[in-house]
Amino acid sequence: MLNPRRLSPGAAGVCAALAPALAAAHNPFEFQTPVTPIAHETLHIHDLFLTIIGILFSLGMGFLLYAVIRHRRSRGHAPATFTGPRTPGQWILVALPLLALVFIDYVIMGIPAYHAVVAMANTKEGATLVVKITGSQWAWRYEYPDHGIAFTSSLATPREQMESGSPTDPNYLLEVDRPLVLPVGEKVRILLTSTDVIHSWWMPAFGIKQDAVPGFLRESWVKIETPGVYRGQCGELCGVGHAYLPIVVEAKTAPEFEQWLVQARSAQGKMSAEAAQTLSADDLLARGQKAYQTSCSACHQQNGLGLPGAFPPLAAGQGFTATPEMTEELARRGFYHEGKIVLGAVEQHVDIVLRGIAGTAMPAFGPQLDDVDIAAIVTYERNSFGNRSGDVVQPAIVSAARREVNDRETRKEASR
Amino acid sequence: MRHAAIEYTHDEHQPRGLARWLFTTNHKDIGILYMLFGLTFFVVGGLFAELIRAQLFQPGQHILAPEAYNQVITLHGLVMVFAALMPVTAGFANYLIPMMIGASDMALPRLNNWGFWLLPVAAVVLVLPFFLKMLGIGNGPIDTGWTIYAPLSVQSGLGVDFAIFAVFLLGASSLLASINIIVTVKNMRAPGMTMMKMPLFVWSWLMTSLLLIAVFPALIAGAAMLLTDRHFGTHFFSAAGGGDPVLWQHLFWFFGHPEVYILLFPTAGIMSQILPTFARKPIYGYRAQVYSYWAIAALSVVVWAHHMFTSGMPVGGQLYFMYSTMAISVPLAVLFFCWLGTIWRGAMTFETPMLFALGYITLFGIGGLTGLVLADAVADQQYHNSYFLVAHFHYALFGGPIMGVIAAAYYWLPKITGHMYNERAGKWHFWLTMIGFNTTFMAQFFLGAAGMPRRIPDYALQFTDLNMVSSAGAFVLGAAQLLLLYNVIVAWRGHGRPASDRVWEAAQGLEFTLPSPPPYHSFTDQPVIS
Amino acid sequence: MTTSTSARHHYYVPKPSPYPVLLCLSLLLLATGLGLRVNGIGAGRWLIGAGALPLLYVLFGWFGSIIAESRAGLYHRWEDRSFRLGMMWFIVSEVVLFATFFGVLFYERSLSVPWLAGLDPHFSPWPGFAGGWPTAGPAGKAFEVISPWGIPALNTVLLLSSGATVTWAHWGLRRDHRQQLISGLVLTVLLGVVFLALQAQEFHHAYTELGLTLGSGVYGATFFMLTGLHGFHVTLGVVMLTVILWRSVKGDFNRDHHFGFEAVSWYWHFVDVVWLMLFVFVYWM
Ligand code: HEA
Ligand code: HEA
Ligand code: HEC
Ligand code: CUA
Ligand SMILES: [Cu+2]
Repeated sequence: MLNPRRLSPGAAGVCAALAPALAAAHNPFEFQTPVTPIAHETLHIHDLFLTIIGILFSLGMGFLLYAVIRHRRSRGHAPATFTGPRTPGQWILVALPLLALVFIDYVIMGIPAYHAVVAMANTKEGATLVVKITGSQWAWRYEYPDHGIAFTSSLATPREQMESGSPTDPNYLLEVDRPLVLPVGEKVRILLTSTDVIHSWWMPAFGIKQDAVPGFLRESWVKIETPGVYRGQCGELCGVGHAYLPIVVEAKTAPEFEQWLVQARSAQGKMSAEAAQTLSADDLLARGQKAYQTSCSACHQQNGLGLPGAFPPLAAGQGFTATPEMTEELARRGFYHEGKIVLGAVEQHVDIVLRGIAGTAMPAFGPQLDDVDIAAIVTYERNSFGNRSGDVVQPAIVSAARREVNDRETRKEASR
Repeated sequence: MRHAAIEYTHDEHQPRGLARWLFTTNHKDIGILYMLFGLTFFVVGGLFAELIRAQLFQPGQHILAPEAYNQVITLHGLVMVFAALMPVTAGFANYLIPMMIGASDMALPRLNNWGFWLLPVAAVVLVLPFFLKMLGIGNGPIDTGWTIYAPLSVQSGLGVDFAIFAVFLLGASSLLASINIIVTVKNMRAPGMTMMKMPLFVWSWLMTSLLLIAVFPALIAGAAMLLTDRHFGTHFFSAAGGGDPVLWQHLFWFFGHPEVYILLFPTAGIMSQILPTFARKPIYGYRAQVYSYWAIAALSVVVWAHHMFTSGMPVGGQLYFMYSTMAISVPLAVLFFCWLGTIWRGAMTFETPMLFALGYITLFGIGGLTGLVLADAVADQQYHNSYFLVAHFHYALFGGPIMGVIAAAYYWLPKITGHMYNERAGKWHFWLTMIGFNTTFMAQFFLGAAGMPRRIPDYALQFTDLNMVSSAGAFVLGAAQLLLLYNVIVAWRGHGRPASDRVWEAAQGLEFTLPSPPPYHSFTDQPVIS
Repeated sequence: MTTSTSARHHYYVPKPSPYPVLLCLSLLLLATGLGLRVNGIGAGRWLIGAGALPLLYVLFGWFGSIIAESRAGLYHRWEDRSFRLGMMWFIVSEVVLFATFFGVLFYERSLSVPWLAGLDPHFSPWPGFAGGWPTAGPAGKAFEVISPWGIPALNTVLLLSSGATVTWAHWGLRRDHRQQLISGLVLTVLLGVVFLALQAQEFHHAYTELGLTLGSGVYGATFFMLTGLHGFHVTLGVVMLTVILWRSVKGDFNRDHHFGFEAVSWYWHFVDVVWLMLFVFVYWM
């Protein structure tokens, strides 16, 4: 061992100067710090593989550089004429690297990979909590079916930050309004689906990236080791908002998690009580503005003017040109007349937001937003961007519309 | 060589000017058209890339709005793959294959012309929505990523329809070119030119053609289904009707994975033309290389779902696609081995084509080896759709095929134009490309490992520094390519010194027995090879 | 490598031709027109019309020049071999095209539908969906299927016979029996036309009475795409057979020089085999 006292002051100084530099110079290929078994597994595999290919590459480059330096005409090297291995010895020399590669592929790399695949697929065994995640354009909906809790989580970075061109927020684009909360030390089974296009729930620190496919269910699992806040992003191109679909997970210790569950449940109760109430126009407008910013402005824009050809304006009287397929559908619903957007009936409006417009980019918000939010958004829309309808849409209208939709579905189901 | 009376009864009234290029049935004219088309679109695709890198230079919204960004990356991918790389390699095939096998021309010359002219049509159709948008129709070109995943592509605007028609046209073009090459190789070889005497470039294109015929129709079929899902009420890719969005991924990658070898093969063949010339030593392992081509081609059509490890495959599928993918590393290692064997104990000189060929081995080595890492189904959860993947495929696509076609350009340019390029500029081009390229894409490996997703116009602050590095590298890389343009012009306009027939002291092959530039009709009488 | 020159005759390289470029122009107009049309934009129709005209011109011109060259004796055995190989590989690409559609049928039927039906019922977006085949999917409308033993079976017989009549015509050609050649071809064309008429009637029946449409989930989609694509190929085949018939009447072919005839008959046999697969996997099983 080195005795620091025996080192000359100069050397000690150099060491002291180097230490932080060395500490900072971490392996640039490193993943984010793993906090689940699968993440440890992938990091281990990653390190192993990179070492192996590093060696293979060095060997290859070694031969290449040796030849380039030695076997050049300027050194007077006379070219050989061989065209392949001839003697048995040469054949063995040729076969060896290939056999080594097969060994590397299927033993050194193949066996750990096998175990990891099997471990990753074991989503149910020993799971104590189920969380259902629904991707949509562009928010994640998190449900705890056993606890009757459900909420939507979407980007919380303010628009001004993005448009300023020089963001400073340390969690820029990685902050949400309501994070997913999970317990530490418990195996959580994750179910994934989507309402519109394919999204992918990617959490680097957990080592998982699982696609959410509309109409299907996918599974994954996590068992988080340390409490903390973890951040990830959507991992599959899902339209213009793909960059703005962060994932934040708050991992809490078991008691804290229990506490949170109680809280969340009572908040949920408050919300349904709220939905039965009659809210004031001001409340609705304020709430609607906020919800509009998170859910709608990505397409229809903050000013409600939409984007030409793609997303119609919500401001009545604005011109909109798009393919006849689009405009005809809008006209049928009473939102379009002679090249201009008009404000259709409230029922249609609620229906559009609740169920979306099939076959277009207009998503169904029914599964993501609660009745109060939808009522608030519709109220806000009908009284902003120059729209002056004066309508106040109460949550009860939305709940009624929702029930009607459900009834219709059930009838359809029964008639088959 | 004797020049007897020839069957080209029409030489006297050969059309001139534009009509010559529009109506031509001559393989050299068509080859040149392909190459110029590819070069043009390399610049276009490259400018898209620079736009991407400019946008990503620092966080925040800058040059491109999110929807425009998606359109730019999609066009960048599609243009580079289908309008730059494939046409350039097809151009070399058209120009060289008949000369290399001692044929008078391609077997089906009129179809050859048609195959080329379909490309500009496809390119116009692909970008037309951009101009339609200016007229207030639709919302611009396709924005789904070059993989066109359903149901995003079912939902997206009319740009997708135009991309679908472009795919039909590209498919027709590729199939025509492939059929023509297969027939030419089978039917037009000079007496004595047995299959196992053919230059490896010819072999590599034969395999490319076979692969194209084996997989392109699948993409055409998929695109047709996408069209009907979009407009005619079918449910191929929608669960509501019993379909599956992931089916699109199967169709796309059944085509898409072999496609990467379609891009790679021609340049693997080019390597085996260039390395022996500058090592002054015969090809090492000719037969082994041919067998490797076959093995790679056969394996390539059964490994596609390694692009779908996160889509939720059953365990059996994950394991099968992981292990079968790893198998490809063996025949590819054989190719590397043979390339190294070819230069081993040679007497090398380092003209520009040789530099690019050695750069190819180095960079594609990194691309291939990282591919091996991606093949791990579990670790791929971290790599998939991250910048690690972007770095892999640029090492594989630029480090391999693009380096290869640049090497080929320097190698055959003197033959084609009759004049040398500027060697000094060529060396600068090489070194700047190496520096720029590695700066751009090594940084992206680190970004991906740190968790940066691909296809995002804006990113979290922890990725700032590496993105700046990457963008700076990309600007150097882009600027370096101006030297390529410069050198093409030097040779083309005849500024360089005249090239000899053999061009390179140790060049082998029938094309080097003809004058530089070769006559309009190379072999009016077939040579006999002994 | 030593080279001397071979004594082989010269391969015929056709002179520059305006047809391919014109064809490309026509395809540009057609693709643009269709792209606009499917989005409901009126101008598309005009572009499609404008694209169809040069298409017709090219078809007549291009095939006309091939026929003229063939008559002028410019094609010998060597060129003939190129044509044969070319046609063969073209048919291979068609095989892949159809194989993909069959692959899609098998995927939907034995993977995606059972998968959807087997999702965890607590969380499934489609509770109560039972799967099975045929199906319109979890959100589709009920429909009836076409029985294989009516028109489809009859069509199978028709198409198989037409394969036989082409072959019979070919024998005629090889033995210089002009009469047999021509009547064989006439029969083949007739069988093809009847097939198409029956198929059209059946589509009509499916749409109007059985409720089976393109929109009937994956069953309707695969059914109409496969049979429709096949029907399109039969239509092309009938047109080509008619041209061949016309050329036979004109006396273009002789016993050892009739690539055009053979190409069309290969194509026809290919379409025939595809139908057999369709009959088994789409209608019957
Ligand atoms: C030319 C293009 C090309 C080539 C050749 C390859 C080659 C390979 N690729 Fe790559 N790949 C792409 C282009 C290419 N790829 C593209 C474009 C994508 C992304 C598409 C998208 O999503 O948009 C992709 C994506 C991709 C994925 C999907 C990842 C994901 O989406 O999650 C995977 C996974 O297995 C993979 C694996 C491989 C493998 C195993 C090879 C193997 O063929 C590699 C075999 C080679 C070797 C193993 C090297 C052997 C050499 C030596 C042993 C010696 C070397 C040393 C020296 C001499 C220096 N690739
Ligand atoms: C052959 C294929 C090929 C080639 C050569 C390239 C070349 C380059 N690519 Fe590309 N790339 C793809 C195929 C290719 N790419 C594909 C398939 C995708 C996926 C798309 C998708 O997600 O759907 C992709 C995606 C992709 C991304 C990810 C985008 C995202 O996910 O958000 C990025 C980002 O940096 C990138 C950058 C570059 C750069 C900097 C180059 C450079 O190497 C380019 C350098 C060349 C030039 C610049 C041209 C020469 C220019 C001149 C001579 C003019 C002078 C110009 C200047 C001075 C600026 N590419
Ligand atoms: C993914 C992009 C997207 C998002 C997010 C989105 N919309 Fe839309 N919206 C559309 C598109 C596309 C249409 C046009 C549909 C058509 O062509 O028929 C549309 C149409 C509409 C219409 C009818 C036409 C009009 O201009 O008045 C209303 C109302 C509407 N959306 C409200 C909303 C509300 C409220 C929200 C948020 C809760 C929202 N949208 C979020 C894409 C979106
Ligand atoms: Cu959701 Cu990307
Ligand atoms: Cu692949």
